[in-house]
Amino acid sequence: MKISIIDYKMGNIKSVYNALKFLKSDPVIVDKPSKLTGDKIVIPGVGAFGKASHNLEPFRSKIRESLNSAIPLLGICLGLQILLEESEESSTEEGLGIIKGKVQRMKTDLRVPHIGWNNLKIRKKACPLFKDVTRGYVYFVHSYEAVPEEDVTAATTHYGHEICAGVWKENIFGTQFHPEKSGEVGLKILKNFVEL
Amino acid sequence: MLCRRIIPCLDCDLAVPNGRVVKGIEFKKIRYAGVPWELAERYYKEGADEIVFLDITASHERRETMVKVIEKTVERVFVPLTIGGGIGSVEDARKVFNAGADKFSMNTAAIKNPKLISILAEYFGTQACVVAIDAKRRYIRESEEIGDKIVIDTPEGLCWYECSIYGGRRFTGKDAIRWAIDAEQLGAGEILLTSMDRDGTKDGYDLPLNKAVSDRVKIPIIASGGCGELAHMYQVFKKTNVSAALAASIFHYEEVYINELKQFLTNKGIMVRL
Repeated sequence: MKISIIDYKMGNIKSVYNALKFLKSDPVIVDKPSKLTGDKIVIPGVGAFGKASHNLEPFRSKIRESLNSAIPLLGICLGLQILLEESEESSTEEGLGIIKGKVQRMKTDLRVPHIGWNNLKIRKKACPLFKDVTRGYVYFVHSYEAVPEEDVTAATTHYGHEICAGVWKENIFGTQFHPEKSGEVGLKILKNFVEL
Repeated sequence: MLCRRIIPCLDCDLAVPNGRVVKGIEFKKIRYAGVPWELAERYYKEGADEIVFLDITASHERRETMVKVIEKTVERVFVPLTIGGGIGSVEDARKVFNAGADKFSMNTAAIKNPKLISILAEYFGTQACVVAIDAKRRYIRESEEIGDKIVIDTPEGLCWYECSIYGGRRFTGKDAIRWAIDAEQLGAGEILLTSMDRDGTKDGYDLPLNKAVSDRVKIPIIASGGCGELAHMYQVFKKTNVSAALAASIFHYEEVYINELKQFLTNKGIMVRL
């Protein structure tokens, strides 16, 4: 099972690589669109939306092509946010627009960034990414939240209000939390992705 | 709702090939507690929510050893990893980041050049920038004139808190509570707040200090220094707004297991990840 991890210079990709390796899959770090092959794609990412969008530009058409041929994709954290159309974090750069909706600054009186372990609620039981994950704590680090306009929210968490924690649209998946940093529960979610 | 986090801290001496975990009392090395990544893996399996490595080596050769220690750790530990000690530039931070760490903490470099916090936050995101503050109580008399220092009423008397740098070897005259507020403005994502008075004593966290800072800033505070038993963790979570509690020696010598500690906290009504 070859999994391409897109390296677009946005944060720690080694963690995702290590977790996938630990799960006995065959992760490959891909820094050029031409090398984007394989059975699955992961878009990791920590950092700012604008820069992410800019750095991901060369990969756009190749990602679309892969999605059209039903290759499963997992966006993690900023990698989920970039699936949407736009973000309040950047007025100039656009997202991939694979999911309708936008990314907003978290509106809460609680501490932001939302850092730490929060409870995951599965909203779409049929979502294969969350197979056999009924409850559990996962690790979040973010200041912005995805607000999809389509019915794609597969998991949520509560932080002042319900926050989109996971999306699912056909072969496209996304997690706002970091499964690669979420202990056993996170590894189970990644395993589900590997075994799709 | 967010869980309160339990963070074991490993002070690492990297002057030997694979590094070794040391536990000192008031910065004097006294015992060796094991190989860093083996201990980190044990804590991960016991339920640690994060791991912190503090590099306490003074020499320069340590960099390569730290990279190895991080790489070995992140192959087997799937919770966030923070690296502290000697990070003073984008280059230093990039090195630990590329090796697989999630956050870095800085004390001396940030105090000497506060702009560094903003620069690193810009590069790596605020979530990666932990500002470590080593605070020491300075007791004052009721009538004493101490300028704009923030004075806290503790059971031991009125005091302000002074920042120390270079691993506690030098004092700066800087108000630690005010510095925490400034660090947040500059882009710090978290504050690792160590009480110099309590560190190594096992007398419990400095509650007035942790309360004072966690009430004044919105970013998460990690309480550190003084944890000697289960009840100390409970107290700091119950009485202050800290997001996490850090401890070292009580975990190293298997006096307390993390899963046991978490069960205890859960029974007492503190929300933690089980």
